[in-house]
Amino acid sequence: MHNFNYHRAADVADASGKLTSLDDPKILAGGMTLLPTLKNRLAAPSDLIDLAGIADLKGISVEGNEVVVRAMTPHAVVAASAEVQKALPALAQLAGNIGDPAVRHRGTIGGSVANSDPAADYPAGCVGLDATIVTNKRKIAADDFFLGLFETALEEGEVITSVRFKIPDRAHYMKFRHPASGYAVVGVMVAQYGSKVRVAVTGAGPCVFRVSEMEAALEKSFAPASIANIKVSAEQLMGDIHCSAEYRAHLISVYARRAVEAMV
Amino acid sequence: MGEFAIGQPVTRFEDPRLLRGGGRYVDDLAIPGMLYGQVLRSPHAHAKIKSIDISKAKAAPGVAAVLVNEDWANSGFGDLPRAEGKKKRDGSPMYRPHFPALAKDKVRYVGDPVAFVVADTVAQAQDAVELIEVDYEILPNVTSVALGSQPGAPLLWDDCENNICFVHLEGNKDKTDEAFAKADHIIKKRFVITRVTAATMETRGSIGHYDQAADRYTIYTTLQRALNFREELAETLNIPESRLRVVAGDIGGSFGMKSGVFNEVGLVLLGSKVTGRPVKWVCTRSESFIADAHGRDNVSDAELALDENGMFMGLRVHNLVNMGAYTQPGTDAGAYSNLGTLAGVYLTPAIHVDVTAVYTNTNIMRPFRGNGRPEAAFVIERLVDLAADELGIDPAEIRRRNMIPPEKMPFQTGLSFNLDCGEFEKVLDQSLEMVDYKGFEGRRAEARKRGKLRGIGMSYTIEKAAAPGYEGAEVRFDRTGSVTLISGAVTHGQGHETVFKQIVSDTLGIHPDEIHYLQGDTDQVFFGEGTGGSRTASLGGSAVKVATGKVVDKAKKIAAHMLGVDEVDFSEGVFTARETNRTLSMKDVARAAMSPKNMPQGMELGLNATAAYNTTRQNYPNGCHIVELEIDEDTGQVEMDRYVVVDDVGTVLNPLLLKGQIIGGISQGVGQMLMEQIRFDPQDGQNLTGSFMDYAMPHAELFPHIDIKSHPVPTKTNILGTKGAGEAGCVGALPAVANALVDALSHLGVTHVDMPATPERLWRIMQEAKAGRA
Ligand SMILES: Cc1cc2nc3c(=O)[nH]c(=O)nc-3n(C[C@H](O)[C@H](O)[C@H](O)COP(=O)(O)OP(=O)(O)OC[C@H]3O[C@@H](n4cnc5c(N)ncnc54)[C@H](O)[C@@H]3O)c2cc1C
Repeated sequence: MHNFNYHRAADVADASGKLTSLDDPKILAGGMTLLPTLKNRLAAPSDLIDLAGIADLKGISVEGNEVVVRAMTPHAVVAASAEVQKALPALAQLAGNIGDPAVRHRGTIGGSVANSDPAADYPAGCVGLDATIVTNKRKIAADDFFLGLFETALEEGEVITSVRFKIPDRAHYMKFRHPASGYAVVGVMVAQYGSKVRVAVTGAGPCVFRVSEMEAALEKSFAPASIANIKVSAEQLMGDIHCSAEYRAHLISVYARRAVEAMV
Repeated sequence: MGEFAIGQPVTRFEDPRLLRGGGRYVDDLAIPGMLYGQVLRSPHAHAKIKSIDISKAKAAPGVAAVLVNEDWANSGFGDLPRAEGKKKRDGSPMYRPHFPALAKDKVRYVGDPVAFVVADTVAQAQDAVELIEVDYEILPNVTSVALGSQPGAPLLWDDCENNICFVHLEGNKDKTDEAFAKADHIIKKRFVITRVTAATMETRGSIGHYDQAADRYTIYTTLQRALNFREELAETLNIPESRLRVVAGDIGGSFGMKSGVFNEVGLVLLGSKVTGRPVKWVCTRSESFIADAHGRDNVSDAELALDENGMFMGLRVHNLVNMGAYTQPGTDAGAYSNLGTLAGVYLTPAIHVDVTAVYTNTNIMRPFRGNGRPEAAFVIERLVDLAADELGIDPAEIRRRNMIPPEKMPFQTGLSFNLDCGEFEKVLDQSLEMVDYKGFEGRRAEARKRGKLRGIGMSYTIEKAAAPGYEGAEVRFDRTGSVTLISGAVTHGQGHETVFKQIVSDTLGIHPDEIHYLQGDTDQVFFGEGTGGSRTASLGGSAVKVATGKVVDKAKKIAAHMLGVDEVDFSEGVFTARETNRTLSMKDVARAAMSPKNMPQGMELGLNATAAYNTTRQNYPNGCHIVELEIDEDTGQVEMDRYVVVDDVGTVLNPLLLKGQIIGGISQGVGQMLMEQIRFDPQDGQNLTGSFMDYAMPHAELFPHIDIKSHPVPTKTNILGTKGAGEAGCVGALPAVANALVDALSHLGVTHVDMPATPERLWRIMQEAKAGRA
C-alpha cells in the first residue's frame, strides 16, 4: 500500500467538494474492493474520502412503489431487512448471497454499484428491478448507468447517495457462483411489472445487460417454456480459466429458465 | 486416566488458546530493533539476468540493505539444501543444480527470488523493491511436465540433458512383461495429476537473528522438522549445528509444504548478519501462490493386465514427475518413495514402475499431503474401475476378488510394500453396508427424475506411514509434581499436544492441566525428526510412551523405598505397597525425588526420562471410501450426497482427532478432484491462479456429512499399534470421487473424467457424449 491522506467526510457536500478539489482522491465505502487494490499496489490515490461517518447515507425505507437503499448500507443489512424481505424478497436474497459474511458486513450497495464489477450481483438487481441510481447531482436510470467494464455514468465529484428499486409484481434472482471467488459467473434477475418483463444478466458480459428476446417472449407468455430455446450469443461474453464464454452463454439460458420456474 | 485415557475422544487442549487468538505464529513475534525484508521475484518464467541496478533502491528511505546473488556468494553461505542420491537412466548421478538463495545469471520460474531488500518497515521495503531495475532477456520456457523432457524443449540448465533430474525404476520388469504377454485383457490409460498448492492458513515466514557477540544464529520460522531443519541449514551456513538455534512457534498448517529450508530462510539470516539487526519476512497471501512450493503434478501412463476372470496379472506404469526448477531434499521423494501405493490391496504378482523426474520452469515441489500416495492411489483405483467396466464386473466385486486375504499376511506386494496386517474385505463390506450399496440403483432412478445424474464410486487404498526412523520424547517432573513434556515432533495443526498429553496422563496418572507441552525449539528439544509422512502417532507417540515407562520404572523403585517394601504396584497414578493399604501418588513420588533422603542408594535424583524410539518397519494404513454424488445435467455442477469411510489406522488414540484428520484429508482430495489447480500460461509461463479469486478452494458447504468408522487392526510395528492417519483421507478421496463422477456419466459412454472436474468440464463431457451418441 502506498501512502495516502485520509479524510472522514462530514456530509455528502463535503465529500463531493473534496472529490473535486483534491489531487487524486477516491471515495472509501466498505473498502472491500478498494483496499485490496491498494494493498496490491494496483492503485495509489492521494486521498481517501471515507463516507462511513455520514448518517444520511445509511438505511432502508419503502417509499410508495420503491425500496430505497441508501448508499452506505451493507449487503448484510439489506439481506436481513424485514422490509426488503417483505416488499422485494428477490433483492434480500441477492444481497444475502454476495461473497461471504465478512464481505456482506463491510461491502456497501453504493460501492458495489459505483464499481460496476462485471461479476457483481447488484448491477443485475438494479437493471432487473428498474432502479434509479441517485447521486448528489441527479437521478440516473439503471439502464443508463452501467456503461461497461468497471465503467459507469458517474461524473467527477459525483457521489451515489441511494438506489431506488421499483417493486415488481414478482421477481427472482439466480446466481451461478464462481468456484473460486463466489462472484457471479452468471446471475440472472427476472422481474415482472404488469405486462412488462425485465431480464438482466450479470457476470457474463463486460457489464450487466438485458436480454430483450427473453423479455419479449416472457411478456407474451410468462412460462419457462417460453424462453427454453432462446440462446444468448457467446460472442460478446467474457471467459476465464474457469468458465468460457460459451459456457456462460449456456448458463444464462439455464438460469433464466430456472428463475422463471421459481416464479410460476 | 478416565476421560483423558488413550482412545477417548478428548477435545483439543490447544484449541481454546488458538481460537481466542492466543497462538504465537512467526508474524506475532517482534524482536526489538527488527527490520523487515521483501523479496524481488522474477516476473518471467525463464530469462537471463543481463544486469541489476540496485542504486535507487539502496538510496530509498529506510533501506538498510539490498542483497543480490553476489552478496550471497560472498557471504560464505553455500547452496540451499538440495536433493541427492538418485541416478539417471545410464547410472550417472542425478542432476543437482546449484541453489543459491538469490538467482545467479538466470531466473527459472515466475517467483524465483532475485533480490532481497531490508528496511525499517514493510512498506519501505516494498517501495524499494520496486526501484530495483533488472534487465532481463526472456528465454523460451517449459512448464508442462509432459513437454519438459521432450527433445528440443527449452533447457533450464544448459548441461542437464532433456531437463531430466533422475530416473527411478521399481518392481520386476521381466515378470511384468511376461504377465502382459499372457493377459486376456489390458486396460490402458493416461492419467494427469494436476498441480496444487497447500494454501496453508498461515503463510510461510521467518525471522533471522544473528547475534554477533555470541557468533550464533537464531531462526524463528515455519517448519515441520526442527532438528533436521537445523542440520540442513547449518550445512548451508557452513557452521556447526551448535551455532544455530531453530525455533518454531505455532504453525498454521503445512501439509508438507513448509518442511523445506526455503530461500527466504537464508535471506533473513544474511540480512541480519549484514545489518546487525533481526530481520523478519512474512509471505503475503498473493505472494504465496508464486513463492511457495507446490505439490503433485505428474503424468502417469498406466496399464493393468487381467485374466478372463478379472484377476490382476500385472501392472505397468510410466510416470513423468515435475520437479520444478530446483530440488530441495524431499522434492525428489514424491516421485518414488510412495510408489508402493500403486500395488494397492491386491494380489497383483508382477508390477513395474518407471519414473522420470523432470525440471521445468515452475515453482519447486514439496511433498503435499500424501506425497505420491494420492497420485498412485488415483492411478490404481481408476484402473480398477476401468477394468470393472470393461469386463462387466461390479467395482466392489472386482476389488474383492483381487484383495489380499488376512491369511496371506505378511504379504510382499509386487512393489516395496511388505504388508504386516489388514482385513481389507471386512472393511469393504462394512463400507458397502454403511452407504447402502444395494439400494443405490433406486436412488439413481429417483435422482434422474429430478434432472440429476447420480453416481457412486469407491476406492480402497493403502499407503505407507511412519517410514523407518526415530523420534524423541522427554518427560520432566518439576518440584511441584507437574510435568514438562517435550517432543521432537512438531504439530502444525494436527493436535500432537492433545494426544501426547493423553498418553502421559493415561500412563502416569497426571491431569493434562498439569502437563506443559513443548516442541520446535532446538535449544530445548534433544532429539527427533519432526512431523511428516503420517509418522507422529506411531513414532512420536511411542517415544512418549517409552519415556513414561522409564519414569514409572524409576518411580516404582523410589516408591518402594519410601514405603519400605520390596515392590509396589502402580495403577491410575497410584503406587500401592503390596498387602498393605499404604499408597503414594505419582506426584508424591515426583516431589520426593527432589530430595536425597527419599532415594534408594545410588539412584540419581529427580524424576525425568528421555526416550529415543525407533522403528525399522513402516505401517500400512488402509481404508475404503465410498461417495455418492449428483451431477446437474444442465450445468455440470456436482453435489456430494453421501460420503462414507471405513479406515484401518490401527489403534485409535483419539477418535475425534482421527475424524478431523480424515475429514481434512478428504477436503484436500476432493478439492483437487473438483476445483483446485495451479495453472501456468502455456506460452509465457505465468501463474494464472495467483490468488483465491482464481485458485478455487473447497468450502465447507460442498461437503455432505462424512460418515467415518474405524476398523482397527493394530500393527505390531510400533508399541502403540497405531498406523498413520494424517494423509489417509486425502489418499482415498481423489479416486473415490473420480469413480463416482464417471459412474454418474457412464450411461453416456463416459469412462474417464480428468481433474479438476469443474462444472464446465463436466458440462462439456456431457455435451460431447450426447453429440457423439446422436
Ligand atoms: C472476497 C470477496 C468476495 C466478493 N464477492 C462478491 C459477490 O459474490 N458479489 C458481489 O456483487 N460482490 C462481491 N464482492 C464485492 C463486494 O460486494 C464489495 O463490497 C463491493 O464491490 C464494493 O463495495 P464497498 O462498499 O466495499 O466499496 P469500496 O471498496 O469502498 O469502493 C469501491 C469503489 O466504489 C467507489 N465508491 C464507493 N462508494 C461510492 C459512492 N457512494 N459513490 C461513488 N463512488 C463510490 C470507491 O471509490 C471505489 O472506487 C466481493 C468482495 C470480496 C472481497
